[in-house]
Amino acid sequence: MFRMSAMALALASTSPLMAATHSVAPGEGAQERLQEALILAEPGDEIVLEAGRFVLTDGLSLDVDGVTLRGAGSKETVLDFTGQSDSGEGLLVTSDNVTLRDFAVENPKGDGIKSKGADGIVYQGIRVTWTGGPLSSNGAYGIYPVESTGVLVVGCEVSGASDAGIYVGQSRDITVRHSLVQYNVAGIEIENSRNAVVEENLATHNTGGILVFDLPGLPVMGGGDVVVRRNLVTENDVDNFAPPGNIVGGVKRGTGILVMANDNVLLVENVLTKNDTAQVMVVSYTLPFDDERYNPYPRNVVVAANIYEDGGSAPDLDGAEALLEAFGGALPPVLWDGLQDGDAIALSVSEGTAGWSLNLPRQGADLAEATPGPLEAPVSEVASLSQVTGAPAELEARLM
Amino acid sequence: MKQGLLFLAAGALAFATAVAQAALSSVEVSDTAILENRLPQTLGEYGFFVDASGQVPAVGVVPYRLNVPLYSDGAEKLRFAYVPKGKQALADGEGLLQFPVGSALIKTFAFGEGEGRRLIETRLLLHRADGWVALPYRWNAEQTEARLALAGARVPVITPSGEELNYRIPNKNQCKECHGLNDEVTPLGPKARNLSAAWLEQMVAAKHLDAMPAGADVFSLWEARDQAEPAKAARAYLDVNCAHCHQPGATASNSGLDLRWEQGDPHPIGIFKRPVAAGRGAGGYEFSIVPGQPEDSILLYRMESIEPGVAMPELGKGTVDAEGVAAVRKWVAGMESER
Repeated sequence: MFRMSAMALALASTSPLMAATHSVAPGEGAQERLQEALILAEPGDEIVLEAGRFVLTDGLSLDVDGVTLRGAGSKETVLDFTGQSDSGEGLLVTSDNVTLRDFAVENPKGDGIKSKGADGIVYQGIRVTWTGGPLSSNGAYGIYPVESTGVLVVGCEVSGASDAGIYVGQSRDITVRHSLVQYNVAGIEIENSRNAVVEENLATHNTGGILVFDLPGLPVMGGGDVVVRRNLVTENDVDNFAPPGNIVGGVKRGTGILVMANDNVLLVENVLTKNDTAQVMVVSYTLPFDDERYNPYPRNVVVAANIYEDGGSAPDLDGAEALLEAFGGALPPVLWDGLQDGDAIALSVSEGTAGWSLNLPRQGADLAEATPGPLEAPVSEVASLSQVTGAPAELEARLM
Repeated sequence: MKQGLLFLAAGALAFATAVAQAALSSVEVSDTAILENRLPQTLGEYGFFVDASGQVPAVGVVPYRLNVPLYSDGAEKLRFAYVPKGKQALADGEGLLQFPVGSALIKTFAFGEGEGRRLIETRLLLHRADGWVALPYRWNAEQTEARLALAGARVPVITPSGEELNYRIPNKNQCKECHGLNDEVTPLGPKARNLSAAWLEQMVAAKHLDAMPAGADVFSLWEARDQAEPAKAARAYLDVNCAHCHQPGATASNSGLDLRWEQGDPHPIGIFKRPVAAGRGAGGYEFSIVPGQPEDSILLYRMESIEPGVAMPELGKGTVDAEGVAAVRKWVAGMESER
């Protein structure tokens, strides 16, 4: 009885009623068969990628609302783009309410999966891997939702991205959870976005673990309202392999969590270990800019109660030896550049948080102008930001 | 000037020939095929051509050219516009002609010359009641018919410069990647500023167009670009080849790069603009355009690449457009170099 009503409920919530399932197998003509299925799908349909390796020659794209694309598992179903000769990404999604689940993308020439203007998207159990390891010739982003409202990334895995493994940009209402990011320049990056939760992820062996950036000159401006909580950010020890010219090329090896500009960011209950430049870094935008909409300073960043262990002992900074000597063999966990927007509080920290400040004289100043000293920041014991809710409940409801 | 006159003559001739040939034939365009909410499987169903393999159009199907064309690996492109009987396109300043529902824009891609010419694909833009639909049709080996190729295809060709190329017919979604604006499919080519005044006058005379648009024929003919101001030639090229993605509301909007002809601010055009999500596409350079230094400008680096993930445009390009690169290089090299 109980089971019956649950089934009825499940049926009723499927829309439209005639939703169909289309199965696509790897093998001869996979490119055309799969792309055709993606084009001919109707809203509500499910496209099933059978187990095996789909050898693809060109990028794929999906532009139908409400479609689920699912494989047999992130090890079992592989979209192999090693021989790709067209498009800027492996898979491009441009429609709303799409669910991507349980498949892998390997060696895309550009980005892995890009979803642009794709509201209400769920990525679950997706793996994106550049199999050659951390190389500057790898694509920029593994999982790349941009200009979207409602983004949920759960249980995903990205390695090898020459920019960010999981990158959410110019979007809002975002959750990134239970994902593994390793051997990327940046593990997870939230950029020019609002209302984002990054929680319970493992970021390891990247150059920097988790980045929260707000940059000038983009169509969508004003990043903030971001909570980074209960992540394990450890041993981010890979030399920066970003192609020169990219903003993440400036990220120092051994950065745990980096906040650049933004307002209202909370870092709480994270475990940060063995990040050898800084477990946490809070800085202003470092370059000159010409955008009157832009505020280059961090405002109201709270580094609340986190656990720090064994970090700061091999900083990727000029004058590292002198710094280590001055601080007794290891830098304190929190690094601030010492800049703030007038009287606005840039950074506050939990009682007893050890840190240091570069005391830079002005935004855009060179590191050579730093006059390092101990961190002086107001105390805050904020444990949550009520306005930060992350991805909407209807996206969570789609998780299996 | 000379070339302009030559083109005028050629345009008028094509127009007259088309009308004469079509008059001899009973082939009529199928308005149903254009309008009905389905996907016709063959190009023949539309009746756009009296002689399809010869690309001789039916009555009401008018050939045209663009002053500055989109580069497509050197393919010859045969363009035709169809406006249904009793209806008219509306002039809209220098912008897109506003084609009524029931219209079709037809573009055939061919490689090879004379007897050796081979039709590869014909792309259609159909204006249906709920918007434009973009469909690619692939020609058969016998050159007798083109069939719908929803998922696209690859076809080996030899380009005019002698390069062997595995030419890409785009899939239906990829059509939208270039033709998408604010989530709707839209035509790109037939903007008044990129059409000859003579052709537009003929369209008005034939009652296919309501009035002569203001701001017609602004772009210099591409083959006469050396006589044009370098900035105008380059900006027209970028407008036609890049701005369909690089503008607000289009596929590459998140880059913040806006390469439309009408964009007047230096930063969105790329001057001292840092890349956003270029990844290795930045090639180690800091800015899209560094005035006076084309060799340090990401824009040119990406135009000169054919490597996926680096190459721009991302779609529809398997070879570098040496002429386009030269025009943009000349413009950037001649810019004042102080910041």
